[in-house]
Amino acid sequence: MASEDIENKEYDALIVGSGAGGGMAAYVLATAGLKVLLLEAGRSYDPVKETPMFNLPKDAPLRGGSTPEKPFGFYDATVDGGWQVPGEPYTQGSREKGRRFDWWRARMLGGRTNHWGRISLRMGEYDFKPYSRDGLGFDWPISYQDLAPYYDKTEMLIGVYGTNEGLENTPDSSDGVLLPPPNPRAYELLAKKACDKLGIPVIPSHLAILSECLDHEAIPQKLFPDNKLAQDVTRESMKSRAACFWATPCGRGCSIKANFQSTTVLLPPALATGNLDIITDAMVREVTVDKGGKANGVVYIDKITRQEKFASARAVVVAASAAETSRILLNSKSTLFPDGLANGSGVVGKYLMDTVGAGVGGQIPALENMPAHNEDGASAMHMYMPWWLYKEQLRGDLNFARGYHIEFGGGRSMPGAGAFGGMGDFTEGAYGKDLKQACRRYYGSFVWFDGRGEMIPNDDSYCEIDKDQVDQWGIPVLKFHWRWSDQELNQAAHMHKTFAEIIEGMGGNVTTTVQTDGAKAIINGGAIIHEVGTARMGSNSRDSVLNPYCQSWEVPNLFLTDGAPFVSNADKNPTLTIMALAWRTCDYIVDQFKRRNI
Amino acid sequence: MSKDKTNLSRRNALRLIATTAAAVPVIGCSEKAAPKVELKEDKLATKPAVKDLDAPKQTLVRGTPTDPDLLNPVVPWEMQLDARELAVLAALCDVIIPADEISPSASSVGAHHYINEYVSAPYSNNKADLVTIRGGVVWLEGESRRRFQGPFVELNASQKIAICEDIKWTRTAKPEFQAGARFFAKVRVLVSTAFYTTEEGMADIGYVGNRPMASFPGAPPEVLKRLGLES
Ligand SMILES: Cc1cc2nc3c(=O)[nH]c(=O)nc-3n(C[C@H](O)[C@H](O)[C@H](O)COP(=O)(O)OP(=O)(O)OC[C@H]3O[C@@H](n4cnc5c(N)ncnc54)[C@H](O)[C@@H]3O)c2cc1C
Ligand code: SF4
Repeated sequence: MASEDIENKEYDALIVGSGAGGGMAAYVLATAGLKVLLLEAGRSYDPVKETPMFNLPKDAPLRGGSTPEKPFGFYDATVDGGWQVPGEPYTQGSREKGRRFDWWRARMLGGRTNHWGRISLRMGEYDFKPYSRDGLGFDWPISYQDLAPYYDKTEMLIGVYGTNEGLENTPDSSDGVLLPPPNPRAYELLAKKACDKLGIPVIPSHLAILSECLDHEAIPQKLFPDNKLAQDVTRESMKSRAACFWATPCGRGCSIKANFQSTTVLLPPALATGNLDIITDAMVREVTVDKGGKANGVVYIDKITRQEKFASARAVVVAASAAETSRILLNSKSTLFPDGLANGSGVVGKYLMDTVGAGVGGQIPALENMPAHNEDGASAMHMYMPWWLYKEQLRGDLNFARGYHIEFGGGRSMPGAGAFGGMGDFTEGAYGKDLKQACRRYYGSFVWFDGRGEMIPNDDSYCEIDKDQVDQWGIPVLKFHWRWSDQELNQAAHMHKTFAEIIEGMGGNVTTTVQTDGAKAIINGGAIIHEVGTARMGSNSRDSVLNPYCQSWEVPNLFLTDGAPFVSNADKNPTLTIMALAWRTCDYIVDQFKRRNI
Repeated sequence: MSKDKTNLSRRNALRLIATTAAAVPVIGCSEKAAPKVELKEDKLATKPAVKDLDAPKQTLVRGTPTDPDLLNPVVPWEMQLDARELAVLAALCDVIIPADEISPSASSVGAHHYINEYVSAPYSNNKADLVTIRGGVVWLEGESRRRFQGPFVELNASQKIAICEDIKWTRTAKPEFQAGARFFAKVRVLVSTAFYTTEEGMADIGYVGNRPMASFPGAPPEVLKRLGLES
């Protein structure tokens, strides 16, 4: 590499990726006073300026419907992403059914946080020690107590609505941390009534959406009692966030900053410290090491000039999203690290996990012909069902070991592409006035239930470098290997059975096929987009990549702050945990700097 | 709760957005923060570092299919159907969604133009649907002449219905009408999307959202009562 490419400026830390994990790292390190450089493969993106808040489906091509270029619809905030990224392929180890992994990526500042679902659930005590509980998978080297203060801090910073219910393995937040949840909708209450009879708890969902403005005076003090800079930038940032106005789909982003996006909540205050520089359109290829085996920077492709560049720092934090982070490590080969950086254990790429997903839909006669009323709300669930059969599982009464929670929807949402597309079959071919009347009658009476369950890590689910293919940046690509075990398949079948029971309990009819065969019920690996694992933390360097502070065992100034360090993947959606863990890791990095260990 | 209390008008909401962005010092997006931020422009000739999220567009091309301008959407492909085909589809749209006392007909809100947009799109599903729709139009015209000696658009209401009764559902259509039924099913799906995504269609079914409100009221008492959910 040409020496003129090396930046003259000295950075304490270099962060790769600006999503949940990278954004949090930038925020914590910059507010702590470190000089930080962040490299992001995607383009610069500003939700305040770019979000089509009120545009109607009819203003967009195909009524905003899904296309190969915009898989979640035209207005979805994802930039240059989806299951495929132009010019950045990945490959599959097997063509067998159920053995592929679908990889979702977003190439933009803020990554996937610009359009995520905002469901923010804490992992519980059992979730950190699953092996100790049932002998499957692995324990984390940390416990819930280690992360609890960081869950509190993260929730206070981003703003999460919900309640404390004191339920098993469904942790409460500290008092005063959560924002009040919005009122439930009619179909949510009806589902609750049905679930009450089935013994399934239905409680307010936890979503990273401001149901009220944040207390910008008190919270920054609580988060940073001894750090005026952090208080100041956080206060100003909080002031700039409005409360949700209960309209407009969150997946487009939120120009009033009511929901959490890295680009509205983490990066602006980090930039305001003056300690952070960001280079976008910078695709990192590998982390480089000095003679002593310490990380000293990264090689990246400047996407505009299509040339390699080098950026250096005293510490490197990789948060490119779990599998991509492992790709970078595996591509970082040197004489000191011939099998990839920090991969002495051989575990980099291993134990890739997603969430188990399966769903059933139904139609509820009681909800037909409702008087017109507004059910937009937070454009996502106001209530959900946490896992409830812990005791049964511990007794061995179920044929799968880990739980799932239920996400559900329905109601009188805004008609978009595909609106009433199923009405022809549903009415045995109605058209004319009959069709119009059917649409009026049935609008708002359809519901669906989706299970989100824990996957136990296994040896057959991993990623590695495909020796035969590079992407348009000349970087070797990933090949995915995937297999669900009976644990996940049985769980998926249980989901279908449960959802049918709930729908029937609501007096409704199931409108999709209920599968007793889990392999038919389960959705593809990766499809739930909760990709975690591949560089797990552990209590010794033989079988893990990172120590309990997400610090590489072998390369002391290398840290990972995305989903890669996950040891297991509880049913709880991962992002809140990614951010809490990233905050804890960065506090540790700051401490290591203070002690001059880095 | 009265509407006035809970509903901000759309204009007020946009104003709220405008003022939050402008009046409240938005760190990272305001002049106030800019001086503190380290610029790297002088060091990096090819590309400026992001000094704030508001930064001018970076130099890579935008407005691509994977990164369209969301605020100013355009349909980037050419329309495939001609005026005669559109006229037949408009007539069929109105048999499927006719005007009544609550809302207008599908063609009056341009449903046939949406069908054209849909079948003209460059994706494999849409291309397959183009074949279905074009073939269906030819068939419908032929069937109209065979049965009633005139083009579909000139048939009276009961003649149109006579044909549609035969093709209204693939599961009950006779073998000789299967292709017609598949065409009809496809048109019905597309007309439904087209119609119910317009303001007229949304009003018809009673969609009353996408309106900013100060707080979310939840299910109204009347609704709770009907569901037997009053507390
Ligand atoms: C539709 C959808 C709904 C979701 N809903 C939820 C939910 O409700 N709750 C939840 O907890 N999670 C949800 N998720 C998952 C959530 O988005 C991710 O868990 C989270 O964003 C992961 O954070 P991350 O920092 O690891 O990765 P990302 O947010 O993806 O950020 C990674 C960033 O790194 C950049 N990058 C990648 N490679 C490189 C490279 N080589 N060089 C430089 N930069 C690079 C990327 O461009 C990207 O900006 C959802 C995701 C999607 C897509
Ligand atoms: S529903 Fe609320 S949080 Fe979501 S985009 Fe709209 S205003 Fe923002």
